Amino acid sequence: TADIISTVEFNYSGDLLATGDKGGRVVIFQREQENKIRPHSRGEYNVYSTFQSHEPEFDYLKSLEIEEKINKIRWLPQQNAAHFLLSTNDKTIKLWKISERDKRAEGYNLKDEDGRLRDPFRITALRVPILKPMDLMVEASPRRIFANAHTYHINSISVNSDHETYLSADDLRINLWHLEITDRSFNIVDIKPANMEELTEVITAAEFHPHQCNVLVYSSSKGTIRLCDMRSSALCDRHSKFFEEPEDPSSRSFFSEIISSISDVKFSHSGRYMMTRDYLSVKVWDLNMESRPVETHQVHEYLRSKLCSLYENDCIFDKFECCWNGSDSAVMTGSYNNFFRMFDRSTRRDVTLEASRESSKPRASLKPRKVCAGGKRKKDEISVDSLDFNKKILHTAWHPVDNVIAVAATNNLYIFQDKAN
Amino acid sequence: MLSKGLKRKREEEEEEEEEEKETLAVDAWWLDPGHPAVAQAPPTVASSSLFDLSVIKLHHSLRQSEPDLRHLVLVVNTLRRIQASMAPTAALPSVPNLHPTPSMDDNLVASSDAGLSASVASLLEDLSHIEDLSQAPQPPADEVPPGRPIGGAPPSLGALDLLGPATGCLLDDGLEGLFEDIDTSMYDSELWAPASEGFKPGPEDGPGKEEAPELDEAELDYLMDVLVGTQALERPPGPGVDP
Repeated sequence: TADIISTVEFNYSGDLLATGDKGGRVVIFQREQENKIRPHSRGEYNVYSTFQSHEPEFDYLKSLEIEEKINKIRWLPQQNAAHFLLSTNDKTIKLWKISERDKRAEGYNLKDEDGRLRDPFRITALRVPILKPMDLMVEASPRRIFANAHTYHINSISVNSDHETYLSADDLRINLWHLEITDRSFNIVDIKPANMEELTEVITAAEFHPHQCNVLVYSSSKGTIRLCDMRSSALCDRHSKFFEEPEDPSSRSFFSEIISSISDVKFSHSGRYMMTRDYLSVKVWDLNMESRPVETHQVHEYLRSKLCSLYENDCIFDKFECCWNGSDSAVMTGSYNNFFRMFDRSTRRDVTLEASRESSKPRASLKPRKVCAGGKRKKDEISVDSLDFNKKILHTAWHPVDNVIAVAATNNLYIFQDKAN
Repeated sequence: MLSKGLKRKREEEEEEEEEEKETLAVDAWWLDPGHPAVAQAPPTVASSSLFDLSVIKLHHSLRQSEPDLRHLVLVVNTLRRIQASMAPTAALPSVPNLHPTPSMDDNLVASSDAGLSASVASLLEDLSHIEDLSQAPQPPADEVPPGRPIGGAPPSLGALDLLGPATGCLLDDGLEGLFEDIDTSMYDSELWAPASEGFKPGPEDGPGKEEAPELDEAELDYLMDVLVGTQALERPPGPGVDP
């Protein structure tokens, strides 16, 4: 179970794809460049680096084990030859530097070839060490450790467009960090009530605006999104905008609040829209309109009549993520039975696809799937009752430019691309 | 020959029906058998079995060594809704009683509003105490920062409980005297069960909950500053790894 993938993220260019898993490991894949020797391999992603980001820890004060599971990975924009990413578990965020080494220096004055120090008095001549090529080595080293700032479980990290700061959010608080400073962070949102018994709402996700470095949003377990402007006050307890869709009285149930709980919030690349994922749908919001979303896409509406069973087996608490494509013309999210859904915003068409070994062979096209909600089941349709709720696709990612997607199905990673590529 | 008992039973049923009709007039959609959301199961059966299920979920959630706050809050809110639907003429459950109840087991099948709210309240309060114990002190900022820098733990009786029964003025003995009072039972090896046995459960088995004697807010503030200052001195410089 340590192999269960818990996060998937492309870097800014899309050449690198990082995954984090329940065992605290990070695996980075790199896209193959155009290669005359193996032309078919262009566009394939192969393992580039693997390292242990987090280890299980023991909090002695609370007598609790801190899970090493990687909750989120976020890349920093590339500024030099090395790559940097932030990875976080429930309590600690780490900045990792991933760099290549393909040369080795030979001919040191003070060291032998096997590394033993030479006696300086025996050195009679000086030479300049020369760089010789070696097999490519990819090294990952921890550059910063940001710890001890979260009492509750971290659910989100987001790098600011200023490339100097980032936020980390837990159930009740959001902190702002400077990438260079590890011993201090600033609390910018705190929704912890004075009396914990008054607690009725938690923070579920948070993200910085892609272009406006002073703007961030955070979502809640009650289905609301608050947009905060850090310029208006240091402590962003007062939101600038409040997004909430009024409840539809005809579909109310005991589970209304649980299914309205937002599990992910993502700004569009343009910064004009944001998307939220709740249990049954994906909603696109215009930042200029707080009263309701501009689009609602049903992910698996056939589950609405099964909420009682899904509450019983805890599936109703599953947290699905969502993502935009590079041009913001389509969105994608996961579902059960290893299904994932893509919605084309311009054509209003949607498709259900499956990520599984049995249903897809390499380089073959994916066959659209259909779930039969009731009535007579057509051939090739799957009935709701035969869906496997243990096969959940919670984490998906879309290449920032091309039509390449990464889909995590429990402990397997699937990468699909458009045939046109 | 009909007994008086049978007659009474029928009257009770009629009374129940009247009650239901009354509450339908008030917005109680969960009691409307025609409502699609409730139509999944007979209303009374749905309510009570959902209630029991939710109580079990709440109990299970609180038994975790570190409860998932989101799961907990959602279950509690759902439970309150179900409870409200089961006793529609009772007072709104939004203001829980503050007196703590001894254990969750007693309330596993409780249907009284006060009992449930009080146990949930006391357990959430325990979560708050656990947080206060573990709030990590940070070195104070040099300049006034724009936001709130993460400082030491706020003054609270929960933190002082860890130090064991406190005397009138803790600072009389100096720092050494302070640490002599630390309740070391939490460091007993039996509490550190091997991984196969799992870790000790959460709030109800936490450090002693005996009430600490009354202390000034100013004294609490000063005490916490002292503790934060001491810990800052003892710590190695900064957890960050510099390049």
